[in-house]
Amino acid sequence: MYPEDLKYSKDHEWVKLDGNIATVGITHYAQDQLGDVVFVELPMEGDSFEAGNGFGVVESVKAVSDVYAPVSGTVIEVNEKLLESPELVNEDPYGDGWMIKLEVAGESEVDRLMDAREYEAFIEEEN
Amino acid sequence: MKKTPLHKAHLEANAKMVNFGGWHMPVQYVGILEEHRNVRTKAGLFDVSHMGEIDIKGNRALELVQKLITNDASKLAVKQALYTPMCLPNGGIVDDLLVYRKGENHFLLVVNAANTDKDYQWIEEHAIDGVAIANISSEVAQLALQGPLAEQILQKISNKDLSQIKFFWFDYVKVDGEDCLVSRTGYTGEDGFEIYLAPDKARKVWYAILEAGKEEGVMPIGLGARDTLRFEARLPLYGNELSEEISPLEAGLEMFVKLDKDNFIGKEALEKQKAAGVKRKLVGLEMLDRGIPRTHYKVLKDGEEIGFVTSGSFSPTLEKNIGLALIKAEHARIGNKIEIQVRGRNLKAKIVKTPFYKREVK
Repeated sequence: MYPEDLKYSKDHEWVKLDGNIATVGITHYAQDQLGDVVFVELPMEGDSFEAGNGFGVVESVKAVSDVYAPVSGTVIEVNEKLLESPELVNEDPYGDGWMIKLEVAGESEVDRLMDAREYEAFIEEEN
Repeated sequence: MKKTPLHKAHLEANAKMVNFGGWHMPVQYVGILEEHRNVRTKAGLFDVSHMGEIDIKGNRALELVQKLITNDASKLAVKQALYTPMCLPNGGIVDDLLVYRKGENHFLLVVNAANTDKDYQWIEEHAIDGVAIANISSEVAQLALQGPLAEQILQKISNKDLSQIKFFWFDYVKVDGEDCLVSRTGYTGEDGFEIYLAPDKARKVWYAILEAGKEEGVMPIGLGARDTLRFEARLPLYGNELSEEISPLEAGLEMFVKLDKDNFIGKEALEKQKAAGVKRKLVGLEMLDRGIPRTHYKVLKDGEEIGFVTSGSFSPTLEKNIGLALIKAEHARIGNKIEIQVRGRNLKAKIVKTPFYKREVK
């Protein structure tokens, strides 16, 4: 439910850093709270976001939810598969359900995010 | 928050619970899409015990009911039911409800949960001598079994031939040995039944139906799928398509407004509205651009605001993004292109025929 190699934001996004490329998606907990995802809106390649900016929207049958950039960066790729198959966000939130790849300036912002154990504790606290 | 007699059953089934009009209700058990499709193809069981029931009895009961509702209850036989709006003097809708005729002088009104107290008060204000009005909501539990296999399932544990209960009729049936009022009615666009019974029997009958329908694949259904099911069938939801600011003529309910009936509350206003031409109309729409219309989103034509979305969703059956909207009547033509404002952007949509979904009748 909380892969060890990811970092997590308080808005329930995950980040996987590979060099200066950060892959971003929403967590298992977030997709479970939303329910069946039926629509995803993603940014354009080249768009830049500051940490905390909304970069996209995920809609389930009942709810509309903004998705926030956990770190600052420039979009180098979006997961176009989600436009046709938004259910991937539910089925594989940490894999095929990824949303964007950001080119980030450094590791410092990523370091400030929660690790798996901290995120698990954060969810328990929220409930 | 108020709890139905089945509250514990929902928790045991691991349902996702929400606050719905002051009630702690299941919004989904396994997922809205799966539950929705199960009702369309097999059957689903709903706990709708939060609905309100108001009993009207006495030698002038019909007279009072006729004054309150826009439809004509004088045409009802005993054991027959009808759907009707109940209006304010200005034609706005107090609530929409089912009226069951239990006897010549005895009616049961089934009203929306969130409106029960308001409705009861409204009816009390119009009370007449010779009629007893009682809010019996806490003494009645309600289940709904809906879907093409509903009859087949319920028949297994019923003591009467359910095929004899026609659409919008009811009968007193022992289900799993317990006394129930069973009507062939529902809020999904499918065949099915609504089952009224004593709260202390609800849990037993709930599990008996799930057990009886195991082979057919029955499953419990939450309020989430109840909403998408009723929406595809264009059944209005009070608070969305209907309100005190919307008349039944605007909402497309003219077939439930009998202007040839003797005086009823709202008649004069509705007659005037009809004579002058209804200014707003409820229409179906389908998105052409990518996006989902949602309640309260603005509807525009060439940039000018012409109305608002009352309900909108991804349609699990059609697999399209569709909505209902109340718009200026002159734009209501089928095929007309309009725009829906989604997060500040005007997205293209077109007006389509409703209902979006209609079951095939055997």
